[in-house]
Amino acid sequence: MSVSSPQFNTQWGTSSSNRQARQLHLVSRGMTLVTGLATFFVIAILLTVLADIVYHGWSALSWNFLFSGIGTDSFESGQLGLLPMMIGTVFKVFLMTLVVMPVGVITALYLTEYANPQSLLTRMIHSAVNNLAGVPSIIFGLFGWGFFIKFMGVGLDEAFSPNNPEPVWGKPAILWASMTLAIMTLPVVIVTTEEALKSLPDGLRYASYALGASRLQTLFKVLLPQAMPGILTGAILAIGRAAGEVAPLLFTGAAYYTAAYPWKLNDEFMDLGYHIYILATQSPDVENTTPVAYATVLVLLALTLGLNLMTILIRARIRHRYKQYQAVDG
Amino acid sequence: MDKLFELGMAGIASSATIFIFLIFLFVVKEALPVFLGHVDTSKGGEILSPDQLERMNPGDVKEYLELTNEQYRRLDQDALRLMMEVKYQAAQDMATDPQAGLNTASWEHMIFPYQWTGYEQPGYIWQPVSSVPKFNLIPLLIGSLKTTLVALLFATPLALGAAVFVSQLCPSRFREWIKPSIELLAGIPSVVLGFFALMVLAGFLDRVFGVQTQLNASVAGIALGLAVIPIIFSISEDALSSVPRHYSESALALGSSPWFAAWKVVIPAAFPGIVAAIVLGFGRAIGETMIVLMASGNASIVSWNLGDSTRTMTATIAAEMAETVFGDPHYRILFMLGVMLFVITFCSNWIAGVVIQRLKHKMEAAG
Amino acid sequence: MLSRSIHGRWGWFCVVWLLFLTNNQAAFAATDSISIKGSDTMLLLTQKWVHEFSKRHSDVAFQISGGGSGIGFAALQNNTTDLCAASRPIKSKEILSCIKAFSAAPTEYKVCLDAIAVYVHPDNPIRDLDLKTLKDIYTGRITNWRQVGGMDLDIVLYSRENSSGTYEFFKSSVMQHEDFSPATLSMPGTSAVMQAVAKDAGGIGYGGAVFGSVVKTLALKATVDGPAILPNANSVQQGDYPIWRHLFHYVNPAMDKGMLGDYLKWIRSPVAQSLAEGSGYFPLPETAQISDLEDCCLEPAELASSKILDQE
Repeated sequence: MSVSSPQFNTQWGTSSSNRQARQLHLVSRGMTLVTGLATFFVIAILLTVLADIVYHGWSALSWNFLFSGIGTDSFESGQLGLLPMMIGTVFKVFLMTLVVMPVGVITALYLTEYANPQSLLTRMIHSAVNNLAGVPSIIFGLFGWGFFIKFMGVGLDEAFSPNNPEPVWGKPAILWASMTLAIMTLPVVIVTTEEALKSLPDGLRYASYALGASRLQTLFKVLLPQAMPGILTGAILAIGRAAGEVAPLLFTGAAYYTAAYPWKLNDEFMDLGYHIYILATQSPDVENTTPVAYATVLVLLALTLGLNLMTILIRARIRHRYKQYQAVDG
Repeated sequence: MDKLFELGMAGIASSATIFIFLIFLFVVKEALPVFLGHVDTSKGGEILSPDQLERMNPGDVKEYLELTNEQYRRLDQDALRLMMEVKYQAAQDMATDPQAGLNTASWEHMIFPYQWTGYEQPGYIWQPVSSVPKFNLIPLLIGSLKTTLVALLFATPLALGAAVFVSQLCPSRFREWIKPSIELLAGIPSVVLGFFALMVLAGFLDRVFGVQTQLNASVAGIALGLAVIPIIFSISEDALSSVPRHYSESALALGSSPWFAAWKVVIPAAFPGIVAAIVLGFGRAIGETMIVLMASGNASIVSWNLGDSTRTMTATIAAEMAETVFGDPHYRILFMLGVMLFVITFCSNWIAGVVIQRLKHKMEAAG
Repeated sequence: MLSRSIHGRWGWFCVVWLLFLTNNQAAFAATDSISIKGSDTMLLLTQKWVHEFSKRHSDVAFQISGGGSGIGFAALQNNTTDLCAASRPIKSKEILSCIKAFSAAPTEYKVCLDAIAVYVHPDNPIRDLDLKTLKDIYTGRITNWRQVGGMDLDIVLYSRENSSGTYEFFKSSVMQHEDFSPATLSMPGTSAVMQAVAKDAGGIGYGGAVFGSVVKTLALKATVDGPAILPNANSVQQGDYPIWRHLFHYVNPAMDKGMLGDYLKWIRSPVAQSLAEGSGYFPLPETAQISDLEDCCLEPAELASSKILDQE
């Protein structure tokens, strides 16, 4: 992969320092090779991880494994089915999307279309979004516990059913887990939507205003539809991130085992990622559990990487269209 | 109408700011008593024999058994007597350790070594579930720093090399697919990386290096490095690509090779961005939970040996939180670990954010 | 208007859902349902019992969830569960809060036996250890296998996380409340301990009795010159194997009637007890099993093998 261009190398030094020139040439070639190898190594690691998981997980994968519930033994290959975890994960991600998308998109709209970029509020929001993206996931778990369960949940219980000793909301639940994930993925949605809106040429806005459209109409009829692929990318990225994240769920709603599927907002739920952790660490019978654990990892990996690949494809499309805009503008 | 709508939008847009504030507030709220030194683990209080129940007045009974008025009204004499008996019995059974009266949740015991009973020498001990709970934070801090250090040592050269290669040296048709595939690494959930480290990496490193314990700081650190590579890569690649094209083109025109153009011109110009990328990688590594929980072995030893097992702050929170009692000293100290993590990552993010912003302005001006 | 209309629809959806939920809360209590919450280590066994019991009584709906023994006890106090499955005896603090909540101490049922097995790497020549030596190994006083007659190899200690019941039991029965050596590695579960020991020539770990041959289970001696005994159904039931414990179900004494009482009786029948071994546990001694369910007309309260205070 060495691609240093030979026509420059020999011309670096003067003729009197030919040796030095050759040394520099060697260094140049060598460093290009080294950085190329680093790149290759990173990609090789990625492929190794994927290959290992596919190789070990493939054999245990079956229709029955994917789409049946848990029988009598959640660690044995004939008995464990992934359906409860899939339902839990999908439900969790669905609730999260319902919350994070409106908030994220509106924030991005406000930042790009309304706010004065120099104002204190805008700068505060920007730095908050940056920092939110860097908060460790386990802190979101602590926050979900302290804020959603102990503050909001217990508060709701005290307000609506003060005489009921049984907590309805003040306990780990799928709603609280999804809300926690929604806050965690908010920056992803905001940043991608912002990028999508910024990449729209101003000509679109002017054309809309020139036709007599109001600001709101321009927003909803012109800009949002045009930015849709970008917004979709944000949604998919957020979903991909949330589907695989385990640490925030540890105290907010993921259960080791539930007999029923989650169908109420205050149910606990089983989660794919959390179940990988359980399979890898809790089984009394290691030899029998390892293939199942690998298969579960494969399913989660297929889900998250599939979503990530989708965003890459959509982005390539957008870039293509953006080039067309530039051609029109230019 | 439009004005109103704008106001509403501004309100929703501030939510990110509000959430950051709330996260800080609610994590600090649970930990505050520790910071203020109000948490006390010493087991004080007088224990009364159950026979004394008849002679006690209602107020004393309520206070001794920690009952509310409503509970006291509901409970009959037998239940109260049973409670007295249970409490008396518990006090009799308790192991009598001369250090039981010590407040181990004080700052002194959380930071400095101490000569605990049963130990050969004064030490930094994290033993939160014990007859005398020991909450020394030093082993956890060192554990977190150690894994983070390994992660950065592993990830930085690879990620930077790849960033320089992709942005400066490789033909654009390679770039089109190399960049997304490295970014795909970021799409692998950390629990999967932890699983991989536990099942494959630990055995592999043991076979190659023959370490003392299979699960150790290096295994966790390298797996952590895999999570950090995409971050350092994409941010430094952004920084390198933001250097205007004419910088490197002028170097090339003067007869430089692409590598020297990158090394002497582009990298120095983008240097702050590269530093920011490493700082952000540090923040990500120190805050990562599942990988270290599964692959580091979680032994709370004070040692800088990379072959030793190690216990990080994040893994400690994840492993111990579930069984702690709400409001307990142990519970509050776990939240305090959370506050420390939050502050560390907040600072590293903030620094990186400022650096990147400055670089962007500079490059836009230069471009 | 896309995002706004979604928002609005979602709001209504939520309100309807909430109404539905609050109405349903009452309906749930009326059906014949049994909820079991508590120790994660007992979940597998509970699953098997529930599966088998449901074959006989299809009219009962079960809800099982884990979280840990402590979480089960908290749920018992809050009336959020009927049964608390616990891998450790109730603590006095928890008895006190139970009395505060329902004016009586919860009734304790011993439901099966659990032996803590000690395992080492299959290649380790050591076959047995006595408890004193085991303690010295885990406190860090003995650091090399040579000191106990093995190879010249450093001992690597594997333990469970301090939030687990197994940890607490090992700490009280083997360690006699002394602290573990700081060099001890804490694993999040039995299989994590086993995997680690299986790959570590100098490793030693403890946990529930296990299947397979990835690790070697050691025979234990109660005293230095006592007999070395491996954990199996017989030795554990006879009490010969030195580290064993009961696993429990706790219930509010006002509640253990009707179907719940039947279930508690049934799980101590030979059929149910025979399921224990498949989950890594051991059946109760035959004298403690309830062999003929039809004959058994004792009141559930009398059946309870012991009240908490008798035990202490």
